[in-house]
Amino acid sequence: MFGRIALVVLFAALATPSFAQDKLKVVATFSILADFVKNVGGDRVDARTLVGPNGDAHVYQPSPSDAKTLADAKVVFVNGLGFEGWMERLIKASGSKAPVVTATKGVKPRKSDDVGGADPHAWQSVANAKIYVANIRDGLSAADPAGKASYEASAAAYLAQLDALDAEVKAAIEKIPADRRRIITTHDAFGYFAAAYGVSFIAPQGVSTESEVSAKDVAKIITQIRKQRIPAVFLENVTDDRLLKRIGAESGARIGGTLYSDALTDGQGAAPTYLDMMRHNVRQLAQALMS
Amino acid sequence: MIYDTLISPFVEFAFMRRALAGTLALALGAGPVGVFLMLRRMSLVGDAMAHAILPGAAIGFLLSGLSLFAMTAGGLIAGFVIALGAGVVARATELKEDASLAAFFLISLAVGVTIVSLKGTNIDLLHFLFGSVLALDDQTLLLIAGITTISLIVLALIYRPLVLECVDPGFLRSVSRAGGPAHIAFLALVVMNLVGGFHALGTLLAVGIMMLPAVIARFWARDVTAMILIAVASGAISGYAGLLLSFHAGAPSGPAIILVAGVLYAFSVLFGGVGGVLRQMFPGRHLEA
Repeated sequence: MFGRIALVVLFAALATPSFAQDKLKVVATFSILADFVKNVGGDRVDARTLVGPNGDAHVYQPSPSDAKTLADAKVVFVNGLGFEGWMERLIKASGSKAPVVTATKGVKPRKSDDVGGADPHAWQSVANAKIYVANIRDGLSAADPAGKASYEASAAAYLAQLDALDAEVKAAIEKIPADRRRIITTHDAFGYFAAAYGVSFIAPQGVSTESEVSAKDVAKIITQIRKQRIPAVFLENVTDDRLLKRIGAESGARIGGTLYSDALTDGQGAAPTYLDMMRHNVRQLAQALMS
Repeated sequence: MIYDTLISPFVEFAFMRRALAGTLALALGAGPVGVFLMLRRMSLVGDAMAHAILPGAAIGFLLSGLSLFAMTAGGLIAGFVIALGAGVVARATELKEDASLAAFFLISLAVGVTIVSLKGTNIDLLHFLFGSVLALDDQTLLLIAGITTISLIVLALIYRPLVLECVDPGFLRSVSRAGGPAHIAFLALVVMNLVGGFHALGTLLAVGIMMLPAVIARFWARDVTAMILIAVASGAISGYAGLLLSFHAGAPSGPAIILVAGVLYAFSVLFGGVGGVLRQMFPGRHLEA
């Protein structure tokens, strides 16, 4: 009896992937890119993500199952600009013959201090996100010509949403007085955002972002805020809010909340989609910078 | 120049003043407690108890985040439970007290690290293990100062039985029944001071500002009063110099404080007037007479 039930369950489990086989299997390297792909592909596409929500693509360690996912894929979407340093070897190792679509193709790269030259966080400007969407649309259409009309329609609808988002972000930043649009942050991912919307992101000088702060670090941050009269700080490596409050009290700067840069959150988080992420970040900035 | 190096960090930054006030208060309370622990050959008990408070503080953290009250209450309860539990196991079974304490504190440490890791990040874990002396707010400072005040008062009250028990427990038992209650009060002081130290220095290092100054003092004095004074002084020097080290060299603050104490210890081992290495090699002539 139990054996039979188990058998039925087993077959049901085996049968599930075959539904997905009707769909175009694609892989996106990280959660933000996958969000774009889902928006353009809709129901025709089964999009997998290598670096899921809350994951860090910079330091990602590919697993054997990722290679398998890649081998099954019909199209692979990557960000490019050196964001996924591990990707080339992984594609080779997986034996995948799928075409690789670079979503940043046509984006004007910003110089970065990192080795490699270009700043890969291009999606932080909504104008660039539209280039991503266009590249994804073309990539999907090439791999699945039958769905071309569907992809074009979804892409057009999503591009309209992005246009609205762009206007919204600009309007929100407009409201902040120009001389207050400066924050100190340990994030290094907002170069494109800064260039597109005119907010200065100043890195704390000589402060390591990966370890617990020392007295020297705290003193440096406070001195810099006082000297440059910076209205707000966003610190991701200081999790003790008592220390944050001290920095705020001694420097006179407001303490900002969390900014999302490289990855979306899961469904419960504040930024499950790209649109949510940008709105969340702008709201955090506006709250911290409004006088 | 000297002013810039030694004093201006504390003039310029309130967080440095608070950190200094916190460590001075800790040195004042934990120093004497450490001296008595050492004299009663319980130096490692302090270490075990420090780890024992971790799961309590971690459960407080799990329930209400980095809340001072929850973590303090959790730490105190866990510390007392472990102290009593190890005692009960030692009396009810054949296991000796030190062995059962070893078992208890290792389990506590593992439970604590697991709980913190489940809820928090690596940085939260570092905060638990190494403390955040730079983040002392008013409440935490008051708590540490309160613990120090209570410690000094209670120590004054139980000073005589405590000293007697260090020197001659048999004699104390024959003349007084104060030994038992004094022992329990003393254990309570150990737990309280460790919980206070936990907020500033974390579980791994809280015991450092208790035991290292006491051990240092042992090399410079023979009588208990002088030992206590030297322990408090070396704890205070370690706190001050450690904070400066963290300020100028960028070392993490808690470990820097204990490292300075470690340097003082190494110096004392070599040059200490009472039983130091050099002193043993070249004993003064008057000792031979």
